[in-house]
Amino acid sequence: MESTILAEMPITKTNKKLNVIQNSIEHIDSPVLKIDDLSVSYGGDKYSIRNVSAGIARNKITAIMGPSGCGKSTLLRAVNRMHELYPNTHNKGAVYLGDENIYKLNPIQLRRKIGMVFQRPNPFPTMSIYDNVIAGFNLNGIKLKRPEKDEIVERSLREVGLWDEVKDALHNRGTFLSGGQQQRLCIARALAYTPEIILLDEPTSALDPIATAKIEDLLVKLKKDFTIVLVTHNMSQAARISDYSMFMYLGELVEYGKTKQMFTMPKDNRTEEYLTGKIG
Amino acid sequence: MNISTEISDRNIKRRLLKDKIFTYGMISFAFLSSIPLFLILYELILKGYKQININFLFEVAPDTMDAMIAVSNHEIIPGGIANGIVGTLIIVGLASIIAIPLGIICGTYLSENAEDRFAGIVRFIVDMLQGVPSIVLGVIGYIWIVKPVTGGFSALAGSIALSIMMLPSIVRSTEETLKMIPISLKEAALSLGVPYHRVMLKVVIPTGISGILTGVMLGISRIAGETAPLMLTALGSTAIQTNITQPTSAIPLLVWEFYNDPNLVSMIWSASLLLLILILCLNLGAKAIAKKWKVQY
Amino acid sequence: MNSEKIFKYLLASSGILIVLIAVGIVATLFVGSIPSFKEYGFGFIFSSDWNPTEGRESYGALPFIIGTLMTSILALLITFPFAFSISLFLGEYFKHGKLPSFLRSVIDLLAGIPSVVYGLWGFYALRPLISELGINAQGFGIFTSSIVLAIMIIPYASSLGSEVISMVPGSLKEAAYSLGATRFEVVRNVIIPNAGSGIFAGYILALGRAIGETMAVTMLIGNSNKIPAGIFDLGNTMASLIANQFGEAEGLKYTSLVEIGLILFIITGIVNLLGKLIMKKLSA
Repeated sequence: MESTILAEMPITKTNKKLNVIQNSIEHIDSPVLKIDDLSVSYGGDKYSIRNVSAGIARNKITAIMGPSGCGKSTLLRAVNRMHELYPNTHNKGAVYLGDENIYKLNPIQLRRKIGMVFQRPNPFPTMSIYDNVIAGFNLNGIKLKRPEKDEIVERSLREVGLWDEVKDALHNRGTFLSGGQQQRLCIARALAYTPEIILLDEPTSALDPIATAKIEDLLVKLKKDFTIVLVTHNMSQAARISDYSMFMYLGELVEYGKTKQMFTMPKDNRTEEYLTGKIG
Repeated sequence: MNISTEISDRNIKRRLLKDKIFTYGMISFAFLSSIPLFLILYELILKGYKQININFLFEVAPDTMDAMIAVSNHEIIPGGIANGIVGTLIIVGLASIIAIPLGIICGTYLSENAEDRFAGIVRFIVDMLQGVPSIVLGVIGYIWIVKPVTGGFSALAGSIALSIMMLPSIVRSTEETLKMIPISLKEAALSLGVPYHRVMLKVVIPTGISGILTGVMLGISRIAGETAPLMLTALGSTAIQTNITQPTSAIPLLVWEFYNDPNLVSMIWSASLLLLILILCLNLGAKAIAKKWKVQY
Repeated sequence: MNSEKIFKYLLASSGILIVLIAVGIVATLFVGSIPSFKEYGFGFIFSSDWNPTEGRESYGALPFIIGTLMTSILALLITFPFAFSISLFLGEYFKHGKLPSFLRSVIDLLAGIPSVVYGLWGFYALRPLISELGINAQGFGIFTSSIVLAIMIIPYASSLGSEVISMVPGSLKEAAYSLGATRFEVVRNVIIPNAGSGIFAGYILALGRAIGETMAVTMLIGNSNKIPAGIFDLGNTMASLIANQFGEAEGLKYTSLVEIGLILFIITGIVNLLGKLIMKKLSA
């Protein structure tokens, strides 16, 4: 969890966007996920993200960029309500998955539909590779038959390109894998459960360039079947793999649009300053 | 193969119910553990406060006859636990004089030679000493001191047993505290040309003093309530005894004596209450020191 | 010799002194047990006779070894749900705030109450209750001692557990939550597997405490020198036997008691060593 102090500013009237800035938020047709005027606070009336509205396009990769503390991780976590694990959080606004407000759903049900991959690879060290992949089912008390499990494990591991590397060590613990392999295992764990959306919170920041490239290729391949939302610190990564990009600054969604367009012709000058390295 | 991954509402309801039951069960078990404490405190205060007055602190324990007469006249039993208070002060004080310097020096040795093989052995032995039952240390005090040195039960024998008992907590708290002190502090002093032993005595140990003292206080509070080893060593005495080679009483020993004497039974509560207050003060003192004297680095 | 060197020798000599003390303790107990060992050999451990009558003297440690193990293991079983709940409460559910600091103070106080005071409370408050419930005619016995022991070791059994539980990486818990686990499922599938050996080590160390505990047990166990027939029977432990009989002991009885002290020392040593080994494996 990155520092949110920078962005802790109260909601004020001036934050209600002027028309000029509103235009810098692209409208997405029939989005899979619709964030509607969302503000999130970790306590008190200081909000880490304020009045964010955006639709997420189906079967695309959406990257969320911004300097440390801009609220990009908070936004990501608010989407599957992981931010509620911290005490005293509260939020305004809504997020719609289909036509259901996720804040009216049970978090258990919600997280079953929106999977998540974290900054550092975090396979369960007490479980085998096999059990890690199947963990979503076991944890949720879904009883599967052996062949069903085998099929899910093989399919998920194939999808992340890990099958050939680990098929002979399925019942060993996942902790002996390299960092990149561990992270792919964590992606497999999220996939196994066939969620609609996968959230990734800076998934390659702890990895070397080769492992990073593998994960990036994987994400591009995966968008056929899943909608991917990715928080990244790394502008070139966003440019390489994302279809849409969000730029957040001090808790606001400053600009949101097609990645190509944002990187070539940003509409807001804060986006431009960030992309050219003047802020951040 | 088409595998349904939907979670039914019933599944969720059942799991949330399980979660709730577990949470409330855990909270209740955790707080049920505090009930015995309050029952014990209630018993001690209710039955003990009547007997506590000035005389209780300054007079020696009554003999059985006096107590019996007082009880049959429905009076408060005369006398107090002065012999126990003085004895506890002497025995615990002597144990501290033996254990504190040795413990601090040994803790310093362990933190300064963390990787040394012999230090590893010493650390292991200190850990093992921590686990030695107090009654075994009583046997040791008896064999080492009562028989060959003082030729009979004595405060000294009790002090030796208790000093071995408090030693590990002083060693470990000194070691842990000194290990936390940043190397840069030591380097700063050494770079000023200060000799090593002065750096340790004037810079490192004073910086860690709050942690060390906390360990010392906890060590003292651990031995102040000990009865078993004293039964085999100090034995007890009806008079105030200041000669450390003679049998000496102590508050926990008096509690044990009162418990065994039907006429004195009503004094156990006040003696226990006083003992508990003493230990509580030591614990609170340890906490206060840890907080107040803490050196920021 | 300069003061620098003197200081270094002083430090090292303190270590030597500690080693000497430990060696001295072991040697003393061994030497003290020699006469009894010569008389009974290893049969001492397996003999259930304890007869101090002159002329028919015969001593064996078995009833006390069994009594010690029964009381302490039973105490550990009783303490388990409470200590585990406390560990979880302080290590995972409520780390900060008024309630946890209240609970912490309670545990500190429980650890501070002298053994003899626990014994008094057990004798005057718990024993009548046990006898009223018809568990045992006078309320003495293994069961009564174990309840009081269980209360006494709560602080030791819970403290290491709450420490290791609080050290379970947040990232693993988050991973489980992100897969839709409830908190209970996180406890069962993430926290217990990851912190389990540390929690277990805490119980082993608490068991060591219970084995060596003297006064409270002496006052409650009934001090019968026979092998207890069950957990509601009277019994005796090694520690309480020494406390009761060492004062007036001479000759064969004295050396038998020292040997029992040696056995007690060895058993607690093994138990503590086991706990430390588990902890070491954990930190490695």
